[in-house]
Amino acid sequence: MLNISHISKTFNPGTVNAKLALNDLSLRVEDGEFVTIIGANGAGKSTLFNAICGSFITDSGSIVLDDLDMTLLPEYRRAKQIGRLFQDPMRGSAPGMSIEENLALAAGKGGWLSRVSRSDREQFRERLSLLGMGLEDRMQQPVGLLSGGQRQALTLMMATFNPPKLLLLDEHTAALDPASAEKVLAITREIVEENRLTCLMVTHNMQSALDLGSRTVMMDRGRVIFDVSGEKRRGLTIADLMEQFRIAAGKALDNDRMLLGVD
Amino acid sequence: MDLGSVLTLGQTALELGLISSLTVLALFLSYSMLNVCDLSTDGCFTLGATVGAVVALAGHPWLSIPAAMLAGMLSGFVTALLQTKMGIDSLLSGIIVNTGLYSINIAVMGNSSLLNMNKTETVFTKMKAALAGSFLAGQYKMLVALIAVALVILFLSLFLRTRLGLAIRATGNNPDMVRSSSINPAFTTIVGLVIANAFTALSGCLLAQSQKSVNIDIGTGMVTVALASLLIGNAFLGRGKIPLRAVGAVLGAFLFRLVYTVALRFNMPAFMLKLVSAVIVIIAIAGPYLRSQLPLFRRRLAHRRGKGDAEC
Repeated sequence: MLNISHISKTFNPGTVNAKLALNDLSLRVEDGEFVTIIGANGAGKSTLFNAICGSFITDSGSIVLDDLDMTLLPEYRRAKQIGRLFQDPMRGSAPGMSIEENLALAAGKGGWLSRVSRSDREQFRERLSLLGMGLEDRMQQPVGLLSGGQRQALTLMMATFNPPKLLLLDEHTAALDPASAEKVLAITREIVEENRLTCLMVTHNMQSALDLGSRTVMMDRGRVIFDVSGEKRRGLTIADLMEQFRIAAGKALDNDRMLLGVD
Repeated sequence: MDLGSVLTLGQTALELGLISSLTVLALFLSYSMLNVCDLSTDGCFTLGATVGAVVALAGHPWLSIPAAMLAGMLSGFVTALLQTKMGIDSLLSGIIVNTGLYSINIAVMGNSSLLNMNKTETVFTKMKAALAGSFLAGQYKMLVALIAVALVILFLSLFLRTRLGLAIRATGNNPDMVRSSSINPAFTTIVGLVIANAFTALSGCLLAQSQKSVNIDIGTGMVTVALASLLIGNAFLGRGKIPLRAVGAVLGAFLFRLVYTVALRFNMPAFMLKLVSAVIVIIAIAGPYLRSQLPLFRRRLAHRRGKGDAEC
């Protein structure tokens, strides 16, 4: 269970550029929940992910994942529990190293001086074949040669190689072409369901925000303004979401990318 | 030039190339793998030379090697600490350590800027004595250097395949990914620089002992010379597996020395070495960039010309 309580973060405090990016935000996510997060640009969606991952330490509040209080932990210490994918498919893997070497780092097995064994290689090959992209026959090739879609699928596999307690997906299909996006999304759904991962996913596509997962959260100006799940969510349409936004934020939702449902 | 002198020339280039290739291998680790340009290399090279010389002068030729390497590791540790834990830019921390090492090196040599090892027992004299009478007797310098280089390449080939080695390579490639693999990039940077500087110091130690003297300027410009060698090697064996690329780095060092030795033969003054290495580094790094800018430059030129025509 992820318990975020009353976190705030101000960037550039005390200057004219001061921005309250997270405003006393609280969010509780139960085990196995798949939450989709929507909101206009600058609503604080990615900032929330950065706070959870530890890219910065929040000014106040606490972040607890299961029994682990992560509020003050550095990023690399949290990473064991958290898998994260970015919009940019280049961010999750090392381009100059081979697929096998990338996987070996993600698997993180053995001591510092251990090397990739034959059984490791067998396991990598098996997992890669699940992606259905033929990557299992290219394990010695540098990752830099892969396409965006292949690279994002690989990153997804690396992030979930040891099933994390929490998976954060930050518009991870937005930079891919439609066919690759669909494929990566399908793989995502498979992996999340198979491992019963607790998952937060930011999306600009209102339709997939409603289609995917079990709960939808809307953010505005660093706060959660609308949170719906279960029975209430089932009949919801995009028009309903927009109306909710208008009521909660006191303004109309003004974002072409979201309205048009473009990824 | 008769055959004999050509051979001597080649041998000198090979010996010097092999010894300095240890520094090139150090940069292979820090510059090519870790993506850190370690500007403390000059000072660290001299540190290895002075520490090695002092220990050898004290009567411990074998001990001089680990002592020099240990000193190099310490220097690398400080450089790494400055850039990972104290918020100092990586280039600046190298320069700072380099400056500090100047005083330390003079202090190591006992308040002098020159030490003589003419009658001192060194690893080279030990090897010479061991080989006396055998057909390799004339090659004792080469043999010492060759053993050191082979060991370092073997170490790098094995080490860079371990999890720690992979993490070091990934740190230079994509630090974000290292963090998300639950590895602290500060840790991998420290380990990488400590190892690299051990090799730099070893290089300095061997050069000083092979030329039987050490002065405070022995390492000056070493980082540029080594970088030039590394980039030459890259041009030949820049792709492929790590062991091959490491051999490429050594080959680069040898080629650089060879060109330099031949140039000396044709009456190029010795002081030109640093300028030549500087120019090689400029060409090797700026060349690909300028080539990529060429199409744009051509378009601009064509555009300007087209405009000129229209005005006529």
